Amino acid sequence: MIRRKTITKHSTTYPIDSIRNEFPILGTTVHGRPLVYLDNAATTQKPEAVLKVQETYYREQNANIHRGVHHLSEVATFEYEKARGKVRNFINAGDTKEVLFTAGTTAGINLVASSFGRTFLQAGDEVLISAMEHHSNIVPWQLICEERGAVLRVIPMDDNGELLMDEFERMLSPRTKFVSVVQISNSLGTVNPVRRIITAAHAVGAKVLVDGAQAVAHTKVDVRAMECDFYAFSGHKLFGPTGIGILYGRQELLDAMKPYQGGGDMIRSVTFERTTFNDLPYKFEAGTPNIVGGIGLGAAIDFVNTVGLDAIGAYEQELLQYGTALLSRIPGLRIIGTAAQKAGVISFVLEHAHPHDIGTILDREGIAIRTGHHCTQPVMQRFGIPATARASISLYNRTADFDALAAGLQKVQEIFG
Amino acid sequence: MSELNELYQQVILEHNKTPRNFRKLELFTHDADGYNPLCGDHYHVWLKLDGDTIADIGFQGNGCAISKSSASMMTSSVKGRTVAEAKELFEQFHSVIMTKIGDPVSEERIEALGSLGALAGVREFPARIKCASLAWHALNAALTNNQSTISTESAKD
Ligand SMILES: Cc1ncc(COP(=O)(O)O)c(C=O)c1O
Repeated sequence: MIRRKTITKHSTTYPIDSIRNEFPILGTTVHGRPLVYLDNAATTQKPEAVLKVQETYYREQNANIHRGVHHLSEVATFEYEKARGKVRNFINAGDTKEVLFTAGTTAGINLVASSFGRTFLQAGDEVLISAMEHHSNIVPWQLICEERGAVLRVIPMDDNGELLMDEFERMLSPRTKFVSVVQISNSLGTVNPVRRIITAAHAVGAKVLVDGAQAVAHTKVDVRAMECDFYAFSGHKLFGPTGIGILYGRQELLDAMKPYQGGGDMIRSVTFERTTFNDLPYKFEAGTPNIVGGIGLGAAIDFVNTVGLDAIGAYEQELLQYGTALLSRIPGLRIIGTAAQKAGVISFVLEHAHPHDIGTILDREGIAIRTGHHCTQPVMQRFGIPATARASISLYNRTADFDALAAGLQKVQEIFG
Repeated sequence: MSELNELYQQVILEHNKTPRNFRKLELFTHDADGYNPLCGDHYHVWLKLDGDTIADIGFQGNGCAISKSSASMMTSSVKGRTVAEAKELFEQFHSVIMTKIGDPVSEERIEALGSLGALAGVREFPARIKCASLAWHALNAALTNNQSTISTESAKD
């Protein structure tokens, strides 16, 4: 049943073998089978360069930053701030002041919801999110809306998993203060028209946060061309370490917003009567940060730049098409998320087998996929399913990974008939 | 037999396909929800006690083959038993599925579980043990927490 697609010109120039060699974990086995890693939307594997830079940091550079006059502290501060500069270039932010280190996407969204919310949201104001948001772009807004007496509204989507843009534009009004949307859906793969969303939101004076957790490893992001007000992503989905992420915010907004957390590093002077706050970005970076995480993220960005996001995007689109065609031929398999613009996420259900059982059987074949609701329970409710199985692509996957997946699914069907 | 075949035995697949007592009880004395927020598996269990005896039991809900077949087998095996017997059975079942990988479980202990013994294969799959015990926890909660008068009110969701 497995038919190899003729390899197109692009794939032959894409250096898949040397890319795979950079990821030691891809050479390991699971249950005696070579690892087939298709759970990249959950987290990506780490290349040698990222592993190495973290070890070097702890072996040779470890110190607290922004505080010491001693040599190591200067080195650590330099490396950490250099990484911030790499992020600035990577997303084309105007200034490193607008690039805040956070613990991840979730932390970035919470920062904006809390700080923007406490500074600007009034009773009766409206916040819009979409029907395909990750829980991390739902719950912080529920909390702040409840606190401020604001109203949370949801932009609906259709059966393909595409946002109803006309509906969205009708929902906008002068009451709309904030719109927070995902650029690429982690459970459906939908690529949302964020540029159009931002333009429409700005026309009524609303600010926009884009959740880029699933975007940055797959497509070139230019926050200034996009004209978003905030952009959040996680290092660990971009080949970097866990516990580090980025929040981009436009300077005038960050300046106007109340601090999120108080502590060391975020202050200029403290007396018991009064505290003045540090300049951006430090105003939003209280406490000793994840220094090694930031440096690791910088190395991850260097790695991605070496491969090139244009090449990555094109290669992943080919893989997505290959995988979609292959899985579509499996009887009883239904793909959830069939938007015209999709990134490398294939969510599916099988007629007779629950996703959880699919996951267990595939695991014994060495194949890692995600099963469950993917932290998007409202998406599952929208499609009337309890869960999906999800294969998600990264720059090191191959058509052979999908061949293995298809063969594994055949095994599932043999068991569940 | 491979570990997968051990897990997905015919009897389990069969209970999954046609679960027993897969219905809501109109008259019940006890009920409870079993929900695993990590995977979304969700069942409701209804019981009708007659004195100390489980006169009737039903369940409904949604989840994987392991959780559904386990719930189905549970209902078959506790129906007609006393509450104390059911709790004892749960303990035996729980201790078998919780046995660490590599630690042998005596054939007698599996045998003593009757048809429930088919689920013993789950102990090779740590991530799935919660699936096998979900309905049992709901049963336990129903027996522990509830009013004992017959209710025809629909259960909380
Ligand atoms: C679309 C989306 N948003 C937000 C998140 C949260 O990211 P993190 O858990 O790294 O904070 C994820 C990760 O699963 C995601 O896929």
